[in-house]
Amino acid sequence: MSDYDEAGSQKTGDPDFLDGIESMSGTSVRTCYQCGKCSAGCPVAYAMDLLPSQVMRLCQLGLKEEVLSSSTFWVCASCETCATRCPREIEIVSVMDALRQWATREGFVDRPREVPIFVSTFIKNLGWFGRLYEAALVGVYNLRSGHLAKDMDKAPEMLLKGKISIWPPKVRGRGEVRNIIKRVREIEKE
Amino acid sequence: MKYAFYPGCSLDSSAREYRESTEIVAGDLGIEMEEIPEWICCGSTPAHMASKLLSVTLPAYNLVRARAMGVDGVVAPCASCYSRLKTANYRIAQSDDLKDKVERALGEPYEGDVPVYHVLEVLAMALDEGRLEGKLQTNLAGLKVAGYYGCLLVRPPEITGFDDAEDPQFLDRVTRAIGAEPVEWRHKVECCGAALAFTQTDVVLKLSGEILEDAQYSGAHVISVACPLCHSNLDLRQRDIEKYTGINLEIPVLYVTELLGLALGHSAGELGLKKHSINPIPALKRAGVKV
Repeated sequence: MSDYDEAGSQKTGDPDFLDGIESMSGTSVRTCYQCGKCSAGCPVAYAMDLLPSQVMRLCQLGLKEEVLSSSTFWVCASCETCATRCPREIEIVSVMDALRQWATREGFVDRPREVPIFVSTFIKNLGWFGRLYEAALVGVYNLRSGHLAKDMDKAPEMLLKGKISIWPPKVRGRGEVRNIIKRVREIEKE
Repeated sequence: MKYAFYPGCSLDSSAREYRESTEIVAGDLGIEMEEIPEWICCGSTPAHMASKLLSVTLPAYNLVRARAMGVDGVVAPCASCYSRLKTANYRIAQSDDLKDKVERALGEPYEGDVPVYHVLEVLAMALDEGRLEGKLQTNLAGLKVAGYYGCLLVRPPEITGFDDAEDPQFLDRVTRAIGAEPVEWRHKVECCGAALAFTQTDVVLKLSGEILEDAQYSGAHVISVACPLCHSNLDLRQRDIEKYTGINLEIPVLYVTELLGLALGHSAGELGLKKHSINPIPALKRAGVKV
């Protein structure tokens, strides 16, 4: 990764990208001074293509494509180690959330594709049942992701020990969750 | 103090024994809790990944229901629920614009003012009030416990407000109070991989493997946890972790409420210890605990 293109001239970024990410995340990205503490402490940095501090720098430069096509914010486990240690008090997990939402909106959801599929399956599940119906979550996720056998070896033990129910939870408030999700989408479109 | 109890989805499924042991222990210590009627899911990690507004509105719905019960606060046993409920209050206090949108999405006002406690905080208060005195039935001396805090109980500290984000002590205090011995180890606040269990399982096998290996190295007989997802990654996936790392682990993972329940004289069956993947009985016996 470089701030320069192959011909050696500096890449021009999208100046609105940094403003957009800061507004969505509600935290400052431009105050990052690249100390690298977030990357040093990140337990999943080994599985990322860009380090958290590199993502911050690319956001500052407005290099939107480079950031959004990265796997980093999908690999992030939201463990908050980075934000806890950031000397600039940047809410890095909120930045990762904003990047996930921006990437979803613009279709950058293929690398890796599992996390966005899991997130949308989870939220659909809440709209249907009000509470998490784990059997349906796993079933629908496995179908949508193509990982059909995922965790199926755990099912017999969990059923036997009463740790997973084949029946959905009964919540009268399930309609409320559907309404909340609908109203949230309307307000976000404004 | 009277609390509204927010069990969260896992306590009705994969963490059933956490619910059972929490209710038993709360009863013994005279902690008054009543379940929030018709509570809904807090949205957990997927909600904040998808939408900040949704991630604040779902917990706020539950906090409004709790307020109507006229209680002193909400108690949540799941670290993720606790984090989402507490974060909702924090975000609402932070931004009037967000508060306005949350109230519109809810269809009712909410000031972000219902206090949220983790079950451990409530237990610690009960210990401070001396409610454990004279109630210890089972001798746990000799039992070495690795207190595993994980992420969301202690981070970010501006929101959770526990004693120390890098070297917390409150779980170890409970361990000492019940006569067992907390071990010093390096992985008490390292991430287990959390919700990546579904999507990037190898990451969880690696991170949780490192935690289990360090607990083994520290000489602990058992790990104590206060989060259903941590429990599931460390216990339910431990056989997969053994295959992945090639290391024989066999370390039982107990909810802090189960350990407390044992000390209070309850049986392994009552506390749901038989629901674990790694059977804790042999390790407890090895430590000299009568179970």
